[in-house]
Amino acid sequence: MTRQRFWLGVRYVVLVILALLFMLPFWVIVRNAFSTNKNITSATWNWLPDQLNLTNLTTLLANDSIGILRALLNSAIMAVLQTGGTVFVSLLAGYALARFTHRASRFMLGVTLFTLMVPVATIFVPMFIITAQLGWVDTFRGLVIPGLFSAFATYLFRQYFLDFPVELEDASLVDGCNPWSAFWRVVFPNSKGIVAAVGTIILIGSWNAFLWPSLIGRDATRTVQVALSQFMTSQGVRYPELFMGSLIVVAPMLVVFLFLQRYLVQGLTTSGLR
Amino acid sequence: MPTLEATAPARPAQDGPGLWRRLRGHQGRNLWFVAFIAPFLLGLMAFVYLPIVWSAYLSFFEARNTVTPTRFVGFANYTYLLTDKLFINSLLTFVAFAVFIVPTTYVASLGLALLLNNLKWGQAFFRSVFFIPTAVSYVIAAIIWRFAFFSGARFGLLNQFITAAGGEQVNWLGGTNSLYWVALISVRLWLQTGFYMILLIAGLQRIPLETYEAAALDGAAGWRLLRYITLPQLKATSVAVILLLLINAFQAFDEFYNMLGSIGSYPPYARPPLVHLYLIAVGGGQQDLGVGGAGTMILTAIIVLFGVGQNFILNRSGK
Repeated sequence: MTRQRFWLGVRYVVLVILALLFMLPFWVIVRNAFSTNKNITSATWNWLPDQLNLTNLTTLLANDSIGILRALLNSAIMAVLQTGGTVFVSLLAGYALARFTHRASRFMLGVTLFTLMVPVATIFVPMFIITAQLGWVDTFRGLVIPGLFSAFATYLFRQYFLDFPVELEDASLVDGCNPWSAFWRVVFPNSKGIVAAVGTIILIGSWNAFLWPSLIGRDATRTVQVALSQFMTSQGVRYPELFMGSLIVVAPMLVVFLFLQRYLVQGLTTSGLR
Repeated sequence: MPTLEATAPARPAQDGPGLWRRLRGHQGRNLWFVAFIAPFLLGLMAFVYLPIVWSAYLSFFEARNTVTPTRFVGFANYTYLLTDKLFINSLLTFVAFAVFIVPTTYVASLGLALLLNNLKWGQAFFRSVFFIPTAVSYVIAAIIWRFAFFSGARFGLLNQFITAAGGEQVNWLGGTNSLYWVALISVRLWLQTGFYMILLIAGLQRIPLETYEAAALDGAAGWRLLRYITLPQLKATSVAVILLLLINAFQAFDEFYNMLGSIGSYPPYARPPLVHLYLIAVGGGQQDLGVGGAGTMILTAIIVLFGVGQNFILNRSGK
């Protein structure tokens, strides 16, 4: 018994050390966001910030070469449109792939699984060509629409609907609903958990996306990730502003994540990968 | 676990008065199927498959600074790429990167999952702590790694430790040594481990308790329990996790670009395939979309072959 308690103690010590390591990058963001440049580049490492006020925030907001407010707005518009659109498209497609079992449906399932295998990032060159042909460079259409068709989201929804009790829909079909209204009246209200899970994945992915926005979001539609990336490699980079920018860019996602984590864990555990 | 399911060979359609009825299906079920699937199907065609076909076409032409082909060059773009040392190096970079990142992330995720599994107190807390970096972008992580942890200047955290211990200050990302790999691997570990930990915890929880009880009755414990019960039972989840890790390693771009690149330039080393493709097709340089198209086709072929091979092996071993 004492041996078991000893190992349990070791387990907790290891967990606490690892937890501190995992939290360290967050602390560095906070420390640098509220530090002077002198504190950050000091010859001896200071664990604490030395400027606990909003000086860095005001200089960041005043810095036109980053344009952080505009970039935040752009990212928010892109992330919301992409999340809403992807969930809508994939929810319907996933439902169709789970409920209809004829040949066309099986063929579409094959197409979806094949698309799952080829990551969208590997075809960014041709996607860029098509988007440029459409004249969508530096528009929200260009940022959002090409990324709306996620085989991954469709597949997760399909796995969920495979386990969804078909009796509920049958009852409403008998009551005179057509499949479309049965879907929105019966199936959708009972699928909030998986919608939240997939929505969270898409939202975080969209807010954090870099490759595609760096090709499409040039001036008017520059997103936060692109703005931070350009600022960090520019000549006039200032660490306190860079880290204050990182803080206000990462904060919304941390909040979303903490609130929706429960659905995310459930969604990943119950559907998809097994 | 995504697998390609076989689709039945199409039978020739039978003409006749019932064709329309057959197409609509019982109570119009086929029409409803089309209604539900159409947005997804049309989008995939327009923004995934049409671009692939278009770039396959472009890959046989010269197309500098334009998206319309100018001169037919046959397989020249392909032979150019396959004899280009930088392109071959980018494929080798992917292999080297994958050899490091895939096993390390898998072992780290499994380690965390085992540490947390059946933990009575604080499990949810620790799980959140390890999972939350998933919400952070590669760009922001690269900022922290580049300017705080792995800064080559004296104020970098790791250099502080090294100089405090009496060592020489290290130029981590400057390319004078290969230590940038430490930064590239560790940043990905921080961002990814928690996500795969969640998948593996789910896998661990699906192992029936009776299996453990039976093994414990037989006197198995500790490592033997892990080796003979846990790992074999976890095989399906492990295969899925490793496949996802490989696909993600193939797509590596953000952290390389943001940790090693500087204003409009990128060093000739440490270029994974997507970074190289980006540099030759759209960023700076020559902007030849024909070569870019050929590169896309080669990368897509590699990943498809890889996926098919994976399926083949899985089917052979009876899953």
